[in-house]
Amino acid sequence: MAGVGGWRLPAMVRLTLLWLAVCVACARGLYFHIGETEKRCFIEEIPDETMVIGNYRTQMWDKQKEVFLPSTPGLGMHVEVKDPDGKVVLSRQYGSEGRFTFTSHTPGDHQICLHSNSTRMALFAGGKLRVHLDIQVGEHANNYPEIAAKDKLTELQLRARQLLDQVEQIQKEQDYQRYREERFRLTSESTNQRVLWWSIAQTVILILTGIWQMRHLKSFFEAKKLV
Amino acid sequence: MPRWAAAAGRWGWRLLALLLLLLVPGPGGASEITFELPDNAKQCFYEDIAQGTKCTLEFQVITGGHYDVDCRLEDPDGKVLYKEMKKQYDSFTFTASKNGTYRFCFSNEFSTFTHKTVYFDFQVGEDPPLFPSENRVSALTQMESACVSIHEALKSVIDYQTHFRLREAQGRSRAEDLNTRVAYWSVGEALILLVVSIGQVFLLKSFFSDKRTTTTRVGS
Repeated sequence: MAGVGGWRLPAMVRLTLLWLAVCVACARGLYFHIGETEKRCFIEEIPDETMVIGNYRTQMWDKQKEVFLPSTPGLGMHVEVKDPDGKVVLSRQYGSEGRFTFTSHTPGDHQICLHSNSTRMALFAGGKLRVHLDIQVGEHANNYPEIAAKDKLTELQLRARQLLDQVEQIQKEQDYQRYREERFRLTSESTNQRVLWWSIAQTVILILTGIWQMRHLKSFFEAKKLV
Repeated sequence: MPRWAAAAGRWGWRLLALLLLLLVPGPGGASEITFELPDNAKQCFYEDIAQGTKCTLEFQVITGGHYDVDCRLEDPDGKVLYKEMKKQYDSFTFTASKNGTYRFCFSNEFSTFTHKTVYFDFQVGEDPPLFPSENRVSALTQMESACVSIHEALKSVIDYQTHFRLREAQGRSRAEDLNTRVAYWSVGEALILLVVSIGQVFLLKSFFSDKRTTTTRVGS
């Protein structure tokens, strides 16, 4: 644009700063503090073929100014996701701000672990890192405005799509429930069997040891000429 | 500068402003997190809440010990809004009376060697609307309000399913604990039985081996 006057640039800068400030203020609500070598793990119990999206943002404690810096260049977070069998599904290093996605292929407890990769002790003199975390599972992970724009859906079609996704999630959860109930039933039946066999075995051992005791003592006393 | 260029410039900035506004993340939402709380540990979570927002904190202990945890919710001035000791499940709704950082902590400090798995769901405000630039001037049509009520009903179905799953996880963890305990206990007790019965016999024999007595006491 030819002849952009000096008065326009501050407006653009101001607008961008305002937008950034608003974003920072209301981005990803929940946060917690972790230490330097500390590893924080979260568990997500999900049915299979469910997508999980995690967004995080880190802020470092500045000891001099006694405030959290807005962003931490050079600091990375290592994200590790394990499936219910202990196999690693995702193990990657991200920057100070990142987004990780994975889809479960087995139903059960998936473990998401985060720890910082900082080795520079000087940076962490204060010892605190603020991590904003947001984990969305299944239907909540869908970005509806994006889907509407991509598939060119009307409002009613988008609402119907959202309801379909919710119902699909309910169905998956119920399938998972059936699988869990079967596991629970197998465990209970195994306990039942074990208690049954144990009581029979205990009775048999008791009887056998009783008989052995009596015979042994009888032969002992006969040898000692006491009986 | 020609007038059309100046006009284009102005509209360009307005469009940029509008685009940026659309990209601003909306307020509200829910955070559902399940984490492990080691013994003698306390973990805190923070959230910045605007005044007047209705919030709900719901937590449940899934595995570990007596399935109880201490929970404490404080407002930005440190005033305790909610404090319960050794609770298994609870739900607390409050309206934020001031802007600032609200803090809630879960504590397992009373336990010496059991670590617990805790689930919590912190709902702040309403869920963001489906259409971010929604500035509804006209009322919803009948179809749309039917969709909205179905959506709310399905949300509560999913919520109940979550709580049911957590209770089932609790029951299943107790059943699996019981199973392993029964296995160890039965093997251990069989061994103890054998050791004790053989030991009794030899102990008894040792009473009679020291001196030749004519006592007919055969033993207790």
